[in-house]
Amino acid sequence: MTDRTNNKDKSPADLVQLEKSRLDKTLGETMRSQGVSRRSFLKFCAATASMMAMSPAMIPRIAHALESARRPSVIWLSFQECTGCTESLTRAHAPTVESLIFDSISLDYHHTLQAAAGHAAEEAREAAMEENFGKYLLVVDGSIPMDNPGYSTIAGISNYDMLMDTAKGAAAIIAVGTCATYGGIPHADPNPTGAVSVGDLIKDKPIINVPGCPPIPVVITGVLTHFLTFGTIPELDHIGRPKVFYGQSIHDRCYRRPFYDKGLFAETFDDEGARKGWCLYKLGCKGPTTYNACATTKWNNGTSFPIESGHPCLGCSEPDFWDGGGFYKALSMPTVNITETAIYTAAGAAAAGVALGAMNRGKKNSAAAAHTETTIDDLEK
Amino acid sequence: MSETAIPVTGEVKFNIHIGDELTQNVKPLLHEIKYALENLIENGETSIIDLRSIPLAPGEEDKILHTLGKGEVAAKLSALGLSEIIETQYAGVWVVTHYNDENNIISRFIEVTTMPNILSSQTEDIMAAYSSLTLDLDENQETN
Repeated sequence: MTDRTNNKDKSPADLVQLEKSRLDKTLGETMRSQGVSRRSFLKFCAATASMMAMSPAMIPRIAHALESARRPSVIWLSFQECTGCTESLTRAHAPTVESLIFDSISLDYHHTLQAAAGHAAEEAREAAMEENFGKYLLVVDGSIPMDNPGYSTIAGISNYDMLMDTAKGAAAIIAVGTCATYGGIPHADPNPTGAVSVGDLIKDKPIINVPGCPPIPVVITGVLTHFLTFGTIPELDHIGRPKVFYGQSIHDRCYRRPFYDKGLFAETFDDEGARKGWCLYKLGCKGPTTYNACATTKWNNGTSFPIESGHPCLGCSEPDFWDGGGFYKALSMPTVNITETAIYTAAGAAAAGVALGAMNRGKKNSAAAAHTETTIDDLEK
Repeated sequence: MSETAIPVTGEVKFNIHIGDELTQNVKPLLHEIKYALENLIENGETSIIDLRSIPLAPGEEDKILHTLGKGEVAAKLSALGLSEIIETQYAGVWVVTHYNDENNIISRFIEVTTMPNILSSQTEDIMAAYSSLTLDLDENQETN
């Protein structure tokens, strides 16, 4: 990240020029100038290969590629979001892997982290875009409101206008968090702001979706590292997620899976099964339908993940996870009333649109009631 | 089932024991190490296994480490936090554990090799050391 603490008197244009001279250095040169030894660098590469689920045989290749890579300019836009994604990344670990990756980029615009404010901040963004047109990485967190541009603006610019303007010169876009990737919480029924995802609006740029509420920090840095190492975007799944992190379900990688296979389930949060660490499927675990790296990468410096702490997976890296029918309802339980569905189906194909609309309205009307269903009594049943 | 439960804090204890082998991944991994050792003997090829890439239940990683034991060599490396490089009781099988500055494990590998590469002095560091030593000697000469 650009250290601007000693550059308070410099104009945004001067800062960009200063950054340009830093960009001429390779990552290897930057690290060596910061006193990072080759051994430390190898350790960093080993940790990077591990977090990216790459074969350890790739360590020398990562080392070579990262050493000779130039620091890319990164512009980070935050729209309808809670800043949880930035918190996840910046408060993640002690300064080792994450900070090295973060130090390896030139973060030219991030309105939560940067020192500049107001017009100076926007000038820095515009200057970075001009200097690095076609080469910078655009990171977006938060969804974009389409019902009324006034719902969310930055420096008087609507989220939509800022996204479309900044995306023009981007080499690739990384949508961070479930809000940017699939609309997230703002998109939850009844979606009062008309929130949409980055992928709903941008069709002519490579987009990497890094969902999660928030995403695992090493997944964010892992994607950045992949771009730095190979100069390409990682292989993506059918909804734009890097397969290396989202290729397997939480369920398949869960250490409680053998209990599921044996039919041993916790029925409540304080029964014998819960105490014995049995499968949380019946308590609403969304692990079987959720694809993410939590079960192996884990959270809080690899300490644990929600299931290891005794709580079902909420499925936060999946589209519309807030409207999944209740966090504590088991997956096999229908999330839409079966009788109601049957009636609408019987209305026939010609009336399908009407039926769907009616069902959606029905869902909206029952949303509040549905949310109140999860009570302490429900948890204890 | 072993009587040695995993130590946990607080009143609630998960009833998971070291002998449980929940994921059934312990034995296959130990066999993989055996084949890697065979490959080292016959072809001189080294192997690295990333322990973090394998789903292991609490206690299973400990069981693997316990089975491998500790051998004659234990080295500590101070680079971006601590690293421990330990030769197991099976010569040629090393456990390399990298920590960050807060002493949290960031990666752990089993290396089957004569010596893990990270223990060797690195060419770039040797060159930097040569320059540094030369400068120091020159400065000393000037001051004397």
